[in-house]
Amino acid sequence: MCAARTKGQADTLRIRRVRAEDIPLVAALDKRVTGVAKAPYWRDIFARYGRRRLRERFFLVAAPAAREADRALLGFIVGEVRAWEFGSAPCGWIFALSVDQGARLRGVGEALLEAISAEFAKSGVTKVRTMVARSDRLPMLFFRGAGMVAGPYIQLEMDLG
Amino acid sequence: MRLQVSSRIAIYALLELAAKPDEQVSVAAIGEKYRISSHHLAKVMKVLSREGLVRSVRGAGGGSQFSGNARRVTLLDVIELFEHFGSEDAADKAGEATDEGRVLRHVLDEIDDISRATFGSITIATMLKLMERHRTDHRRGAPGRAG
Repeated sequence: MCAARTKGQADTLRIRRVRAEDIPLVAALDKRVTGVAKAPYWRDIFARYGRRRLRERFFLVAAPAAREADRALLGFIVGEVRAWEFGSAPCGWIFALSVDQGARLRGVGEALLEAISAEFAKSGVTKVRTMVARSDRLPMLFFRGAGMVAGPYIQLEMDLG
Repeated sequence: MRLQVSSRIAIYALLELAAKPDEQVSVAAIGEKYRISSHHLAKVMKVLSREGLVRSVRGAGGGSQFSGNARRVTLLDVIELFEHFGSEDAADKAGEATDEGRVLRHVLDEIDDISRATFGSITIATMLKLMERHRTDHRRGAPGRAG
């Protein structure tokens, strides 16, 4: 799997499946972006999405195209094919996307989204969904800009106890 | 969800101008396309100009040009130049001090939050993309989702 990009600096990117040695970089990138360290979570996500049921689970990373820069990580995206949650027909579901702050506005997020969408399409689904905090302006702008619109489901929650 | 006339006019005008960023577009042509009074359109354009979203080019072949950042300016940015979200008039406040009024306010605030987030996440560039997709769907005879 790779993505030859067509615009901006994104043609210097390589999109590939995550490897075990990427996980410390993924955890570090996530910590830089969110401010929350959660290395055990990322090890668990790798175990579940980077090693098993790979035809329907996709944990992709964006790395510089140059071989020698392979240890650098520009971003990552994680998703899977989900089916029949409250009657929802199988669809691609993206639950994590992050791009290094120094690599933004270069088409990295776009390349990751395109790559995972292509994988979803190959697996036979025709729809991709995600969930974004209403107050999280940047991802909202990104997904909207990519053509995503409000879906037919609404997320609900309540306090426990 | 309803938008005030000025907000709609402003969005239409910005879309017309942003679709042709290298051209000067005549305000009269915009007015004609959307059947907007020149007086109302002029007032809206004045606000957009003051905010740096459009600039006027005088003289022969002059017109207006988009001068904002289409990838950053959202519908909410434009709408809030002309109206306030969740603003209440006196009638809205009737019964608000009661439990029923407070719970109803909570529901109305939830709707306002969703509207605000939606308008705040759609840029002028995204609107242009949605329009392009709508036109493509229309040409193919498929039902478009936007427009």
